[in-house]
Amino acid sequence: MTSLDRFGGVYLLPVALALIALVLIGSPSSWLTLTVAGLAMGMMIFLMASGLSLIFGLMDVLNFGHSAFVSFGAFIAASVLAALGTWLTGPSPALNIIALFAAIGAATAFGAVAGWAFERIIVKPVYKDHLRQILITMGALIVAEQLILAVWGGIPVQVPRPAVLSGSVIIGDVSIEIYRIFAFLLGLAVYVALYLVLNRTRLGLLIRAGVENREMVESLGFRIDRLFIGVFMAGSALAAMGGAMWAGYQGMITPLIGNEMMILVFIVVIIGGLGSIQGSLLGAIMVGLMANYVAFLAPKMALASNMILMMAILLWRPFGLKPAVK
Amino acid sequence: MTGIASPSPSNAVRQVPVGRLAVYGVVLLIGLALAFAPFVFPDVRAQEVAARICIFIVLVASYDLLIGYTGIVSFAHTMFFGLGAYGTAIALKSIGPTWGAVALGGGAGIAAAFVLALLIGLLSLRVKAIFFAMVTLAAASVMLVLASQLSEFTGGEDGITYQVPKLFAPATKLLTDADGKVLRIFGVQMNGRFAAYYFVFLTSFVLFMFMLRVVASPLGSVLKAIRENEMRAEAIGYRVVAYRTAVFCLAAVIAALAGVLRAVWLKYAGPDVTLSFGIMIDILLMVVIGGMGTMIGAVIGVVVMSLAQFYLKDLMEIGAHATADIPLLPDLLNPERWLLWLGVLFILLVYFFPSGIAGTLMNKGYRR
Repeated sequence: MTSLDRFGGVYLLPVALALIALVLIGSPSSWLTLTVAGLAMGMMIFLMASGLSLIFGLMDVLNFGHSAFVSFGAFIAASVLAALGTWLTGPSPALNIIALFAAIGAATAFGAVAGWAFERIIVKPVYKDHLRQILITMGALIVAEQLILAVWGGIPVQVPRPAVLSGSVIIGDVSIEIYRIFAFLLGLAVYVALYLVLNRTRLGLLIRAGVENREMVESLGFRIDRLFIGVFMAGSALAAMGGAMWAGYQGMITPLIGNEMMILVFIVVIIGGLGSIQGSLLGAIMVGLMANYVAFLAPKMALASNMILMMAILLWRPFGLKPAVK
Repeated sequence: MTGIASPSPSNAVRQVPVGRLAVYGVVLLIGLALAFAPFVFPDVRAQEVAARICIFIVLVASYDLLIGYTGIVSFAHTMFFGLGAYGTAIALKSIGPTWGAVALGGGAGIAAAFVLALLIGLLSLRVKAIFFAMVTLAAASVMLVLASQLSEFTGGEDGITYQVPKLFAPATKLLTDADGKVLRIFGVQMNGRFAAYYFVFLTSFVLFMFMLRVVASPLGSVLKAIRENEMRAEAIGYRVVAYRTAVFCLAAVIAALAGVLRAVWLKYAGPDVTLSFGIMIDILLMVVIGGMGTMIGAVIGVVVMSLAQFYLKDLMEIGAHATADIPLLPDLLNPERWLLWLGVLFILLVYFFPSGIAGTLMNKGYRR
């Protein structure tokens, strides 16, 4: 154990990033706003990335079609919110919240069902064949994107935001959007739930065991293929939830939303290390912070900066910061 | 990784290889058609398609070097293609329509592609295939965003239009008849366009032959060994990472060369024709339809896809009209949704014919 590990090891990286940014930005109030935005964005990316990472860890399947769930989640949430428009903009906070959760719930449920179908139809025949997996999930992504275009059309869709979550709170001279706080809290809740399920339940034990040694778990008599479907559905549902949250955050979505997020999600998964929830969270927060700081300091570098971050981390740790034992 | 390579005939009774002959025959026909395209298809649109086919054959064959022969899945091929095209385009725009500009810009683009490929290769080819696919996808996306953001160099979304060297300008007279007009041979004008087409065709031909030579060389055998069993190749004593990086760089350089051709032919470089994700999907579809790991499958894949893109839209137009009263179906059959059906076709192909048209046919002649 090196001295670095004693203080938190790689978990210190986001803190270091934030401190460097504080020096570069100078003004603490805009730094705080950016940090909150970065954390919120990171949490939403975490929702999308954790599913991908888990699916890879347990099933050794990298689903290039993952971003389709993000897009579908975003569009379904937008449709539900538009349908419940009067609840959403009305004065009653209870109805606001119900409408919001209906939208997120619908997106998540769709993600789970679509994930089940996806696993059965697309992924199942090509387990253990990485080349065909990549090709076939890519094909599925094309089909899904085109379906979205056929159903919702190519024009940008406006996403209404619930009245209770619009606006911002002002602390001193710092204003923080309420939606960002909500996104952060939701992401944190999902992380805690995932952490508890994986580390405190029998199901989680099986999943972790499956990640580490699949044959052994099977030989002990557990039906690992059922676990696979469950994890795939959960991962897809999380992606759809992330898409729904992102749609509300952006306020305007196009069919390209999945692709745009996918780059960040891939970078997060690579930085964090495939197969680990902690890694995904760490990577997501770093990417979220980086994106917001750089967007403020040098707007044109925003995406490239994350790429450079990924390259740097790959040079240092070729398997990511916190890879699952494999 | 079964069924992608042609089967070893060692324990098979060799029969008349009908499928193999058919594939070679078709490829020969396509080659002849491309070689005499200006004479056979005199109209401008068909020549456009023929030149596009030539360039894509090189691009797809170089991609086949990676995916079919070495088993590397890269999504950055359009990035290298785009580097070649943009390098040439920017130089032609800023220096003017000279051969020096083509050499300088194209050379710079190719060098950039090489360096980038080397960096990506050394950084990420030592890890899992899947990791590499993600890294290349991320790199390609970043390049696409950069191309549209650095609009003072790249023209942003609109791209760049420019003049090409005088030899290729449509008004140039290569040969003149007694009256000083452009000479016609079999009704084909000997003008700059004719020269440009043959420049594209001959360069593509040389590059394709070079790649055929590469896969037939000992290097090609090593690549196949790596594809079939990485551990065993390493154990025999081949440095897998070095070979992979080398072939990745080679494919990148050839893709960049194809980009130079594209830029010279089109007199335009923009995200849609060089860097976009759509082109990457085209390449993937072409290589899978044609047959991974066959090299000449690239020729068939490109031609089939190019024709499909042309005719599928017409077919869907008819379908959309016929089903106009049914909900959703006309939307699905809208000609703009042709990629949807190609996607479905792609999935079915990967399931049922993973060795593509050429691979499947070539296996036919052998008794398994």
